[in-house]
Amino acid sequence: MRLTVNRKTVTVKAHPLTRLLDVLREECGLTGTKEGCGEGECGACTVLVDGDPVNSCLVPVAQVQGTRITTIEGLGGKHPLQRAFVEHGGAQCGICTPGMIMAAAALGPRPSLDEIRTGLAGNLCRCTGYAAIYRSVQRAGTR
Amino acid sequence: MGRVISRRAVGRNVLRKEGHEKVAGLAHYIDDLRFDDVLYVRTVRSTVPAGAIADIRYNFDRDGFTVVDHRDIPGRNIVALIDEDQPSLATSRVRHVAEPIALLAHPDRARLLAADVAITYRETSPNFDPERSDLSFKSIEIEKGQLDKGLAQADLVVEGEYRAGHQEQLYIEPNGVVAVPEDGGVTLYGSLQCPYYVHRALTVLLGLPAEKVRVVQTETGGGFGGKEEYPSMIAGHAALVALKSGRPAKLIYDRVEDMLATTKRHPAIVRHRTGVKKDGRLTAMDIDVVMDGGAYATLSAVVLSRGMIHASGPYRCDHVLARGRATMTNTPPNGAFRGFGAPQTQFAIEAHMDVIADRLGIDPLRLRERNALRPGDTTATGQKVGKDCSALQVLREAGRRTAFVRKRKSLKGSNRGIGLSLFFHGSGFTGGGEVKLASKASLALTDRGVQIRVASTEIGQGTRTMHAQIVADTLRIPYDQVSVSAADTATVPDSGPTVASRTCMIVGRLLQRCAEDMRVRLGRLTPAAYFKKNGGFVVTKQYEKPPGLEWDDQTYRGDAYGSYGWACDVVEVEVDPVTYQVTPIAFTTVHEIGRAIHPMLAAGQIEGGSSQGLGYALLEEVVMRGGKMANAQLTNYIIPTTLDTPPMTIKILENPYKHGPFGAKGVGEMPIDGPAPAVINALRHAGVAVAEIPATPEKIMNATMRRSG
Repeated sequence: MRLTVNRKTVTVKAHPLTRLLDVLREECGLTGTKEGCGEGECGACTVLVDGDPVNSCLVPVAQVQGTRITTIEGLGGKHPLQRAFVEHGGAQCGICTPGMIMAAAALGPRPSLDEIRTGLAGNLCRCTGYAAIYRSVQRAGTR
Repeated sequence: MGRVISRRAVGRNVLRKEGHEKVAGLAHYIDDLRFDDVLYVRTVRSTVPAGAIADIRYNFDRDGFTVVDHRDIPGRNIVALIDEDQPSLATSRVRHVAEPIALLAHPDRARLLAADVAITYRETSPNFDPERSDLSFKSIEIEKGQLDKGLAQADLVVEGEYRAGHQEQLYIEPNGVVAVPEDGGVTLYGSLQCPYYVHRALTVLLGLPAEKVRVVQTETGGGFGGKEEYPSMIAGHAALVALKSGRPAKLIYDRVEDMLATTKRHPAIVRHRTGVKKDGRLTAMDIDVVMDGGAYATLSAVVLSRGMIHASGPYRCDHVLARGRATMTNTPPNGAFRGFGAPQTQFAIEAHMDVIADRLGIDPLRLRERNALRPGDTTATGQKVGKDCSALQVLREAGRRTAFVRKRKSLKGSNRGIGLSLFFHGSGFTGGGEVKLASKASLALTDRGVQIRVASTEIGQGTRTMHAQIVADTLRIPYDQVSVSAADTATVPDSGPTVASRTCMIVGRLLQRCAEDMRVRLGRLTPAAYFKKNGGFVVTKQYEKPPGLEWDDQTYRGDAYGSYGWACDVVEVEVDPVTYQVTPIAFTTVHEIGRAIHPMLAAGQIEGGSSQGLGYALLEEVVMRGGKMANAQLTNYIIPTTLDTPPMTIKILENPYKHGPFGAKGVGEMPIDGPAPAVINALRHAGVAVAEIPATPEKIMNATMRRSG
């Protein structure tokens, strides 16, 4: 199977029903995408498929053939959201952070607080109480 | 060589040390590490809450499998902690559902999961009621003055009973470790808070000398106490497999297993009988606490201890009798969780204070103002609080910011309510704990600069960053020039566990003392210039008890903690009259923490802890059926999402503690003590009297129907 991950074409050998999460982590070596619950509740495994956030633990890899997949590694490390999460305390333990940033990246530029709260409602963070995440997303939009 | 001039780091929001790695997806958590030739490990667990193991059958082709049971344990079959009651692997009896009995390991995960193990039991009658238990792990009595005398002085005696359920830590990264066999010993990598706890547990279990065991913390995706003692269990299991098979053994729980098997916050029943004068002055406090320890002792004794010391709240009262016990039930053992007993008992006293206020017809803020500890007053253990007591300041500041008294009047009769809680939290180990720990910290001058060497772990709270700030300013060098060693028992001294709000106040102070010595030794040279001229050196400091701090563990009298943080929460809630759902509308908290070394990290602790506290108050319900958690998954164990978390206003006050680094006290745990009672008090104000958390819609409905029925 051929996939487009972070703008690169990769060939994977996994069974078509393998979770996208496992393919990314184990075959592609992209361990930035995390597993928190395995049932689509926590959002730690959020990646973008054609720009939309999905829980990669719920997606069989066969379903994303021919799409553009973006993981946290695909943002390059200096994305405004990534910088803002460091500067404004949006990341504490960091385990939800990649998924949170990917979900935030799907919000588009300058989201309102309501849009942020709704857009990130599928991403659980146990450390921050979310306030610093809102500040990070808002500040990233104003850079 | 001129003196280095730097902007000070303490008090500034410098960049988090490992921030870039975390946001870039480059930080390596345990499941991100690759090991060649690895075996995956599965834990075979009991399915009954009490009984004898009659028979175990392994109904699968054992080719390629490593199977471990209690007979494979080379050392002692215990999870070494306080008591020695908990086996690593059950021998003949089980005391709770999900108790580990055997371990299976195989390189192929599908085969591992498919392997069928049939266990038969001779079941015995389980006990799930902590009040009917015939085994107490610990009993504590705190007595101040004479209760009878205080009750005789009272104009009114108010009684109340309060109940708190389990709470799951729910770090987003589940528990996990990898054990690697290495020349006759083992190296353990894992998601954990306390490397030396794991180190000791492994030496005891494996019968190995200390130098044959190495424990390395990997980046840890949250702990909240849930990775304080449990990693000692799981590390032992992985190590047994690694030693038996000679291969790296990876044991990572999935969410369901993590929730079923690992420790939770102790459920508690707290009863108050309180004497008050008509003007609100407390004359007597009679407090009875029962905590459900679960099947084994784990940390119940010390959880109860902290709970009991905080049970009378931040109040002055001459006559206090507080009795508590932590008992055994046939449920998975409960253990450490942020707050460590204090959230349960302070929930009770703070909910009770509002009941008293109602009975007296006094505003809750005024009642607390009358009784709050002032400098020079004594706590229930007879500790005289010093100038760094800020109970009144936080109360007044929170009241002023929220216009509490006025708002309370204006909301009367609506489906909204506003409530507050006043609370405190002791920093560091309780009583003589820090003396016993005798923690060490080191600071090294190396060819790569100044390096911090402590066993304190970064679990989200900002340990590396905050420690580096303290060292940088003490050495008067830039923050960027201080690095932090991995928490690896091969290279760092035992700084004690990363728990009890002690990492800044206690370990940070040790590092400050190291840096003071290093500064003297450097003279006028920069670290780099000194190294070039004289080579490197290491400074190590050990905990020294601040003068005047005295504690008697037999009588429970004395200075329970070096210092306390003080805080007041105000929460406004709305009750839906149709669904009985409660929505927190606004949350304000004032925290006095001595000194905020990194204001943004400190605020992050307060926001995050408060959010967990709101979950504890309203959402997070562990449903136990037959001694087994029935909702062991995120679908129906609900923690706050963005939409459940109200806007928060955080105000930090600073009233320095003279023995803390730059005046700092602890901050990590305190925020979780306050939200639950503030919510319950807001509900009471809205006309819903509940005395049990979580206050789920079912409980709100019952309370409402009782009222109208």
